[in-house]
Amino acid sequence: MKADVQERSGAAGAGHAVADRVIGDVLLSVENVSLAFGGVKAISDVSFDIRKGEIRAIIGPNGAGKTSMLNVINGFYHPNQGAITFKGRKRSIMRPYIAASQGISRTFQNLALFKGMSTLDNIMAGRALKMRRGLLWQALHWGPALSEEIKHREAVEKIIDFLEIQHIRKAPVGKLPYGLQKRVELGRALAMEPDLLLLDEPMAGMNLEEKKDMSRYILTVNDQLGTTVALIEHDMGVVMDISDRVVVLEYGRKIADGTPDEVQRDQRVIDAYLGISH
Amino acid sequence: MLYREAGQFKTSYAADMAIFPIRQDRIALIILLLFAFIGIPLLAHFQLWPLGSDYMLRAILIPFLILALAAIGVNILVGYCGQISLGSGAFMAIGAYSAYKFGTGVHIPLEFIGTEIKIAPLPVLPSILLGGLMSAIVGILFGMPSLRIKGLYLAVATLAAQFFFDWVFLRVKWFTNYAPSGSVNAPELSFFGYLVHSPIERYLLCLIFVTLFALIAKNLVRGNIGRQWMAIRDMDIAAELMGIRPLYAKLSAFAVSSFIVGVAGALWAFVYLGSWEPLAFSIDRSLQLLFMVIIGGLGSILGSFLGAAFILILPILLDQVPHALGVPISVETVSLLVFIVTGALICYLLIVEPHGFARLWSIAKEKLRLWPFPY
Ligand SMILES: Nc1ncnc2c1ncn2[C@@H]1O[C@H](COP(=O)(O)OP(=O)(O)OP(=O)(O)O)[C@@H](O)[C@H]1O
Ligand SMILES: [Mg+2]
Repeated sequence: MKADVQERSGAAGAGHAVADRVIGDVLLSVENVSLAFGGVKAISDVSFDIRKGEIRAIIGPNGAGKTSMLNVINGFYHPNQGAITFKGRKRSIMRPYIAASQGISRTFQNLALFKGMSTLDNIMAGRALKMRRGLLWQALHWGPALSEEIKHREAVEKIIDFLEIQHIRKAPVGKLPYGLQKRVELGRALAMEPDLLLLDEPMAGMNLEEKKDMSRYILTVNDQLGTTVALIEHDMGVVMDISDRVVVLEYGRKIADGTPDEVQRDQRVIDAYLGISH
Repeated sequence: MLYREAGQFKTSYAADMAIFPIRQDRIALIILLLFAFIGIPLLAHFQLWPLGSDYMLRAILIPFLILALAAIGVNILVGYCGQISLGSGAFMAIGAYSAYKFGTGVHIPLEFIGTEIKIAPLPVLPSILLGGLMSAIVGILFGMPSLRIKGLYLAVATLAAQFFFDWVFLRVKWFTNYAPSGSVNAPELSFFGYLVHSPIERYLLCLIFVTLFALIAKNLVRGNIGRQWMAIRDMDIAAELMGIRPLYAKLSAFAVSSFIVGVAGALWAFVYLGSWEPLAFSIDRSLQLLFMVIIGGLGSILGSFLGAAFILILPILLDQVPHALGVPISVETVSLLVFIVTGALICYLLIVEPHGFARLWSIAKEKLRLWPFPY
C-alpha cells in the first residue's frame, strides 16, 4: 500500500504530506447489485467495496454502468437486487435524502449546477442540510439566522479560496466556461463536507492544465480532509496516477478489481477496455 | 457622484451580504423611502403636483402598491421556486374573503352534531393576517400536486384552483354573509383605535405593508430557504441529491407565496375596492400578476415592483400620450394596444431576457459602474 501511495504522490508531483494517509475499514460496500431499465441491464450482480480514506476509481467503456452505479449509491436509482452498506448500515435501496445527510455528495457527468444562481449561492446551497434556523428567523435575517449565515459563509469562502475561484464568486454560473463550472460543482459537493465524495468524470472535456489542477484538488481533499473518493474517469493516466484501487465494469458486469497495476495487467481488462484505446 | 464601489471595502461577510452592498444604492433606497413615506404625504397635504387631486393616490399609487405586493408573492413561487401558477387571483380572493369573514364574525353551524363554531368579529389587522394564513393553508393543499407534476400540467392544476374558487365565492353564500347581490362591503379600517379613511392614510397603510413584506421576502430569498427554492427551480434532481427535500422546498414556497398574495388580496378588497364581487379576483387578475412578474423579472423582488408599475402605467400612457400629441384614440384602441404591447413585450422578454426589466436595470448599473471603461 505504502509503496503505491508513494508512487502516486510522485506522479502527481504535488508533494503532499502523504505519510498521514490512512486507509481504514470498509466505508461502503455494494453487494450483488443488479439494475435494469426495461430490457436493458445496466448493472448485473456487481459487488465491491470502498475503504475509508482511499481514492477508488470506477472505469469501463461507455455504457458500462458506471454512472448508474453512482446513482444507486446515492439513492437516485433503486436497484432491483442487492444491498448497499454505508457506515455499517445495510439497505436494499438508498434514498437521496439519507445519502446526503449521512455524508455522501457528488458531482455529475453532465454538469448539474444551479444555473441561475451565483457561484457563491451554488456552493452555499451545498450547506442547506447544515443550516437549521427556521423560516421565521430567516425572514428576519437577524440574530441566530444571521450568525448562522455568516458561519457558513466563512466555511464556503475557504472552499472558494481552495479552488481558486474568488474572482467568479458573484458571477452567475450559467455563463462560466466549462472548466470553471466543473470546479464550482466540486466546490458545491465539498461544501457538504462529505465522508464519501462521488465524482463522475470530473476531468472530462478538460485540457491538460485543467486536469492537473483538478487532480491536485482531489488529492488535497483526500489527503488533508481524509475524504474518501469514488471517481469515474476515462483518462487512464489520471486513474493510474491518483487512485488506490480500481474496479472495472463492462456491459454492467465487474470484470476486474484491484490496484492500478493489477488491473492494468489483467487480460480481460486489456481486451475489453485498454484495447480500444481512449 | 460617480456610481462606484471603489474605496468601499467590505470588512465583514455581514456587510457583503447586505441587500444593497454598494453605498450609492443604499442612499438611493433611503431617498426613495423618505420620498414615499414623507414626500408624498407632504405633496398630498399641500395639494401639489402630481398629487393635487386624489386621482394619483386612488387610481395609481394604492393599486400599484397592492399589486406589487401580490407580484412579490407570485414571484416567490414562479420566479424563485420555478412552479408556474395561474391561480394567484384565487389566492387573492381567499385572502379577501377570509379576512372579510374574520372581520365580520365567523359562524359555522354544525347542527348535525348539535354544536356550532362561533368567532366574534376580529379587528382589521388580525383579519388581514388570518386572510393570508388561510390562503397559505390552501396554497399548501394546492401545492401538493407540484410534487408529482411539473410545467404545463401544474399550470392546468392551478388553473383548476382558480375556477374552483371563482365558483365557490360566487355560489357559496356563506362567504358573502348571504348578501343578496353577492357584493360585500369591507369593515371599517380601524387600526389600534385609529381610523384609516382618507386616500393618503390608505396609501400609507399599503406602503407599510409593502415595505415590511418586501423586506421579509428579500430576507427569505437571500437565505437558506431562498437558495433551496432556486436550487429546486434550476436543477431539482441535483438539489434532491444534495439533501434538499423537494416536499419542504416546494410547499414552503407555496405557503409563503400564497400568504403574501392572500394579504395583498385582503388589502385589495379592504383598502382599494372597499366593496367587491367575486369578479374582482378572476383569471384576468392571475394573468395580470403573471405578466407583471415576467415583465419585471422572474426571481427579482425589485422586478416585482417594476412589473407592477409597468402593467399599471402602460394603459394610462397609451391613453394620455396620443391625447397630448393631439391624436386622440378611442378607448377600444387603447385596450387593444395594451394587449399588443404587453404580448409583444412578454414574447420578447421570454426569448431574449427572461429576467425582465430587473436584469436590464442591473446590466445598466454594471455598465455605469465601469463607465467610461469598456470593462
Ligand atoms: N435512466 C435510464 N433509462 C434507461 N436507460 C438507462 C438510464 N440510465 C442509464 N441507462 C442505460 O444503462 C446503461 C449504463 O449507462 P451508464 O450511464 O451507467 O453508463 P456509463 O458507464 O456511465 O457510460 P459513460 O461512460 O458513457 O458515461 C446504458 O446502456 C444506458 O443507456
Ligand atoms: Mg457515465
